[in-house]
Amino acid sequence: MMEWLNTIIQGVLLGGLYAMFAAGLALIFGVMRLVNIAHGDLIVLAAFVALVVVEALSVNPLTSLLVVVPLMAGLGYALQRLLLNRTLGDDLLPPLLVTFGLSVIIQNALLELFTADSRKLNAGQIEIASLHIGGGLAVGVLPLIQFALAVMVIAGLQWLFYRTALGRAFRATSDDQPVAQLMGLNNAHIFALAMALSLAVVAVAGVLLAVRANFDPSIGPARLIFGFEAVIIGGLGSMWGTLAGGVIIGVAQAVGAKLDPGWNLLAGHIAFLIVLALRPEGLFPKVQG
Amino acid sequence: MTATVQSSNRFSRIGFAIFSGALVALALAPWWADRAELRLLSEIYAYVALASLWNLLAGYAGLVSVGQHAYVGLGAYGLFALAMLAGMHPLVAIPVAGLAAAAVSVPVALLIFRLRGHYFAIGTWVVAEVFRLSAAQVSALDGGSGTSLPSAIVLSIAGSRQLREFIIYWIAFALAVAVLGTVFVLLRSRYGLALTAIRDNELGARSNGVDVRRIKYVVYIAVAFGTAMVGALIFLQKIRISPDTAFSVNDWTAFVIFITVIGGIGRIEGPIIGTVVFFLLRQTLADLGAIYLLILGVAAIVVMLKAPKGLWGLVADRYGWQIFPLERRLIIDPGGAATPAAPR
Amino acid sequence: MPDRLLEVRALDAHYGDFQALFDVSMTVAAGSVVAVIGANGAGKSTLLRCIAGAMPSRRDAIVFGGNPIGDQPAHRVVAAGIALVPEGRRLFPSLSVEENLLIGGQLRRPGPWTLARIYDLFPILAERRRQAAPSLSGGQQQMVAIGRALMSNPKLLLCDEISLGLAPIVVRDIYARLPAIVADGTALVIVEQDIVQALKVADHVYCLQEGRIALAGEAQTMTRERISAAYFGA
Repeated sequence: MMEWLNTIIQGVLLGGLYAMFAAGLALIFGVMRLVNIAHGDLIVLAAFVALVVVEALSVNPLTSLLVVVPLMAGLGYALQRLLLNRTLGDDLLPPLLVTFGLSVIIQNALLELFTADSRKLNAGQIEIASLHIGGGLAVGVLPLIQFALAVMVIAGLQWLFYRTALGRAFRATSDDQPVAQLMGLNNAHIFALAMALSLAVVAVAGVLLAVRANFDPSIGPARLIFGFEAVIIGGLGSMWGTLAGGVIIGVAQAVGAKLDPGWNLLAGHIAFLIVLALRPEGLFPKVQG
Repeated sequence: MTATVQSSNRFSRIGFAIFSGALVALALAPWWADRAELRLLSEIYAYVALASLWNLLAGYAGLVSVGQHAYVGLGAYGLFALAMLAGMHPLVAIPVAGLAAAAVSVPVALLIFRLRGHYFAIGTWVVAEVFRLSAAQVSALDGGSGTSLPSAIVLSIAGSRQLREFIIYWIAFALAVAVLGTVFVLLRSRYGLALTAIRDNELGARSNGVDVRRIKYVVYIAVAFGTAMVGALIFLQKIRISPDTAFSVNDWTAFVIFITVIGGIGRIEGPIIGTVVFFLLRQTLADLGAIYLLILGVAAIVVMLKAPKGLWGLVADRYGWQIFPLERRLIIDPGGAATPAAPR
Repeated sequence: MPDRLLEVRALDAHYGDFQALFDVSMTVAAGSVVAVIGANGAGKSTLLRCIAGAMPSRRDAIVFGGNPIGDQPAHRVVAAGIALVPEGRRLFPSLSVEENLLIGGQLRRPGPWTLARIYDLFPILAERRRQAAPSLSGGQQQMVAIGRALMSNPKLLLCDEISLGLAPIVVRDIYARLPAIVADGTALVIVEQDIVQALKVADHVYCLQEGRIALAGEAQTMTRERISAAYFGA
């Protein structure tokens, strides 16, 4: 019994990480109806950037965030302004294919620069520290911190969207692009800001990923899929729903792994397919897809 | 005044003649090509078929899937399972594997058609992942490490290796021609008109009474059928299978998409041109490994932004070229008095 | 000579192959009210959209305060001092009433219009400030749309069919507040199907017919016969 509880708790904490993968994705889709297929690969890119920063500046991973986040945000702004803005429109083929191409480019560029070797960032003692919460239950400190960070990021995004002028601008542009322009909002700039924000979240997710597990250039697509599944399960338009979605995937994977090690990924996908079959609009939907 | 619909023009007659001549030459390839060339041609046929099928799905029916490698792998594993576990003759197993994949695609379609647009695309990827992970769990076929076709089964295709190579070559050729032919016939029919309408303006098509939903289902299932058969043949030739190779995103989705985009989406000639360009690039750049894929990605992006109709689209629209007589041009002859229109 | 705030010079407009405006010229003096009338499809909304920058035009086809702005995108035109109340209101559905108003003002152009002043002009909106925009009645939504445009402190306010779909009493109510807007020196261009209402407030009238100016002149000189002839075409 205790073992199962432990498993579920681990799954919940893992879900926090998945929710972070999802948050950036959901943000972009909410603002500009774009799904960035390169999203997962950008998370891996952030992980590698963190690797470089940690080695070059001899700092610990958490400190590297100070460099990685602005860097990725800047990259996001440039990417949207120079490339992705040109793909937006009624036709869904261009943004899909361009971000798909981007995904391939990033993966292979990373492969060329860093080889296919598995890497990991070292966060020191904190990685093996655990908290005993009584009754034989132990929770890793690092996963707990990651979960807390995920909750903070999502709360931050909610606050930004609903309580700031920028969030208002995001929502207005998402509602009605042409009229937003007529109100003085420069769509090209707004979209670029949204992408910058998304990649800032991606940066945090990437660093957390790098500390938590081994990573290599090829694991991007799987991160995209977990994030995407979390968004769909949670329901489009709901940030907190994304957290719920991430937790569900995390728990499904943990439970699946406990039943049979080969089943962990499959269990997550099956949970997603079940939700898709029974409640396609998600658990906490706010908007139409 | 009479009105007729004309499909071919001077270019398409020439183009089609050239194309037919090439087909005859290729059918006779076993007599003029060596073993390596035959293998290369088989690979080209496989990609032409896969790209044409993807083109039908994404370029015409508007179902942009980045998960068709699900059916390549499903067809391949279907063949191996039928041949090794059910004792079916491998050549018979190809179409049977196709049918099995089509059957699987029905519930899959019902599920993922609940997603729209971009999310549909990723949904197709999830499906492929599920297939891949499931295949790794099938211990009868050695799970994650993969398995090889026993020599007895290989020999049952034909006694001599040379004859085996010829047979596989002709099947690959026939499959590609069948796919192209089916797509061509389909596009010339009323369904083709509906599909072209969907391609050009889905909302407009729907408001003109086109049953868009049903057509999309049918196309998805038909494409799954074709893709699975091609997958079965590819791995019959390779003799060895594993989940990662059978369900490889790079080999069976990335390359296929790049081929179609660069060649020209929404035109039947696009995949052919794209495959030729792709293989030419591969001959020159293959040594570069990851850089090669990177260049492909860049090329796809550039084409998508600058020439969204692909290389063929650029050229064909400029000069009015066609290889396949598929355009529908309304010819109105004001001379005929009170003669009713005779549509074709 | 009254101060020419806006000049439209030989404006053409196309939607793909279809030409909506032919050689349209118009002048708006600072602080004046100009009505643009015409049948459905005459090109009235297109004219406003061109002025507002929602549709691209020849650079010198639209001259505002002496500067050619025909090729400027909409968000720059707003910054220059022209605001549009779009046809059909087009409020942002995920934003509350107050948020809709605030969006209008986020360019922070200097001027008399603030949130408080908008609430003075339309007191009912103050009561409903936190409500989601779509939950308001048609007339109230129209007030929000006008308020939203005013928040950018425009020198020129373009109103596209603000009476559309509203009960006559509501229309009269809204029109009764227009003088307060003009009193600050804001010029108004009103596109209207309701000719009577338009003529009551306007100084000048232009009548569009199938994309061309069919009639132009002082509102007082307009007779029913002249308008009918121009509206429907002789």
